[in-house]
Amino acid sequence: MTAARRVAGKLGGLLLTLFLASLLVFFSRFLVPGDPVSFLLRGRKPSAEAVAQVTAQYGLDLPPWEQYLRWVLGLLHGDLGRSLQYRQDVTEVIGDRLPVTLMLVTMAGTIVLVAGVVLGAVAALNRGRALDRFVLIGLTVLGAIPSFVGAIVLIAVFSVQLGWFPSFGSGEGFIDMVYHLTLPSIALALVFIVLVGKVTRSAMVDQLSREHVEVSTSRGVRRSIVVRRHVLRNALGPILTVSGVLVAGLIVASSIVEAAFGLSGIGSLLVQSVDRLDFPVVQAIVLFVVCAFVVMNAIVDVLEPWIDPRSAAGAGAR
Amino acid sequence: MTSSTPTLAMRVLRAPRGRRPRFLYLASVVVLGAVVLAAIFAPFVAPYDPDAVDFTSFLAPPSAAHWLGTDSLGRDLLSRLIYGGRTALIGPLLVVLFSTVLGILLGLWAGWRGGWIDAALSRIFDVLFAFPSLLIAIMAVALFGKGLVAPVIAMSIAYAPFVARLTRSLVMAERSRPYVSAYRVQGFGGGWIASRRVLPNVTPIVGAQSTLNFGYVLAELAGLSFLGLGVQAPTADWGAMINEAQSGVAAGQFLPAIAPAVAVVLVVVCVNIIGEELSDRIGGGNPS
Repeated sequence: MTAARRVAGKLGGLLLTLFLASLLVFFSRFLVPGDPVSFLLRGRKPSAEAVAQVTAQYGLDLPPWEQYLRWVLGLLHGDLGRSLQYRQDVTEVIGDRLPVTLMLVTMAGTIVLVAGVVLGAVAALNRGRALDRFVLIGLTVLGAIPSFVGAIVLIAVFSVQLGWFPSFGSGEGFIDMVYHLTLPSIALALVFIVLVGKVTRSAMVDQLSREHVEVSTSRGVRRSIVVRRHVLRNALGPILTVSGVLVAGLIVASSIVEAAFGLSGIGSLLVQSVDRLDFPVVQAIVLFVVCAFVVMNAIVDVLEPWIDPRSAAGAGAR
Repeated sequence: MTSSTPTLAMRVLRAPRGRRPRFLYLASVVVLGAVVLAAIFAPFVAPYDPDAVDFTSFLAPPSAAHWLGTDSLGRDLLSRLIYGGRTALIGPLLVVLFSTVLGILLGLWAGWRGGWIDAALSRIFDVLFAFPSLLIAIMAVALFGKGLVAPVIAMSIAYAPFVARLTRSLVMAERSRPYVSAYRVQGFGGGWIASRRVLPNVTPIVGAQSTLNFGYVLAELAGLSFLGLGVQAPTADWGAMINEAQSGVAAGQFLPAIAPAVAVVLVVVCVNIIGEELSDRIGGGNPS
């Protein structure tokens, strides 16, 4: 009962965030001084047809709040407007490129989670020893490898020197796609591993010093079971929370990786649209990332009481 | 006069209790110092003009004349690397500065006043958290055009909520401490106590945490230049250099791309090690 209310409250907060974010995305255009038509048609010939099209798309002849209302109602009906560079609906343009990015982000997210939790756990279980220090330094170094650096090094070593993996394109079919996206997903993952690694380590270190762990150990429960059932399980909450935040960051950072590996996903579309002054597409992708953030956080909020029953019992239990 | 609590300067300068190898911290200070000095005094340090083209050598390997070789346009790589440090460092410096000032002011306001001001500001922070900083920077470029100015302003706004959230929680803890009520009893105004007594107490902790943002911002701005949205073409910049050299990598020309890549990683590692050390010494960070 209380858990359901708590989750509902959090979801309400997220919906409010989404609403305010949509205001920000829409009205950001109003920060640009000057005529909106000439802003939207920068670098293009303002033909009568083009002017009529953007005027109609944004309802530029209406008052601002009515423009916003039209835009949001359009969004809710799946109408994201028309792309200026492709002369196609934005939904189609994005839909064509979504699979590559989703696959890339999923693979990178898996790498981040597995590597982060394993490294964090190794460090926590060897706290204060040489191995702990080694892992911490390793994490600091990993956290300093931006995805474009990772991409260049991986391409240089594994595709140019060794020739094991392709350095371009996303391949055909599932297996080939995984193969093509191996290097890109590693390049994307590197910088994020440190976040999950450090959160895992500090959450596990915190649990390891708790009484219930001492009691279990003194009762003679095997260490591996103590670690798995009492330490790692209790540390899952913070790990889950940080993972929820990661996804939006992964999608945005994929723009760099997609550019480096010549993948046509949402990220490279975003960059290309900025480059070619295609503002409707930029707006749509920004909103997509914000939605991804909100959805991931909603999932985390729903999963949390299930993973950690204490949070369902109400605040203050920890 | 002997004081039992060490001053801030003492805490910053004094060696910690040997938890982390001190060697790494010192090495980071030396390396970062060298990079900063090289960037500041680039015209004296760099062997060539970063834009000067040597028509006799394109993509030349390292030699006595060109220590790191030349790029595909025959420009000296080492000189471009040294000049590139300027754009690489100035952007993050400004972002950290602006976001810290903005975040401290907003956090102080929210934490001190509480009530609806706090609620409204916290809601705004929550909205900004939904936008990854690189996304805000890209959006700023879409609105205001390529270059460093728009992304730096945008990222200052993107990082301010992180600073503000920390400041707010510290200020709230400070507000209930006895010295604040002591000032109140003596008739000092809330604004005076907040700005003259509470602010100096929270600023060092927040400042130390803010230095940890420097590395992220550097990587993100370099990424922006790598995408061709940041620092524009002839200007030497590490991200842009990697972008220009990218096509050469496929042909086996690694150095023009790897050299700036190493520079980025080296600086970010050093900044992060120094930032963590400072946070540890000043306290208030997350103890591990």
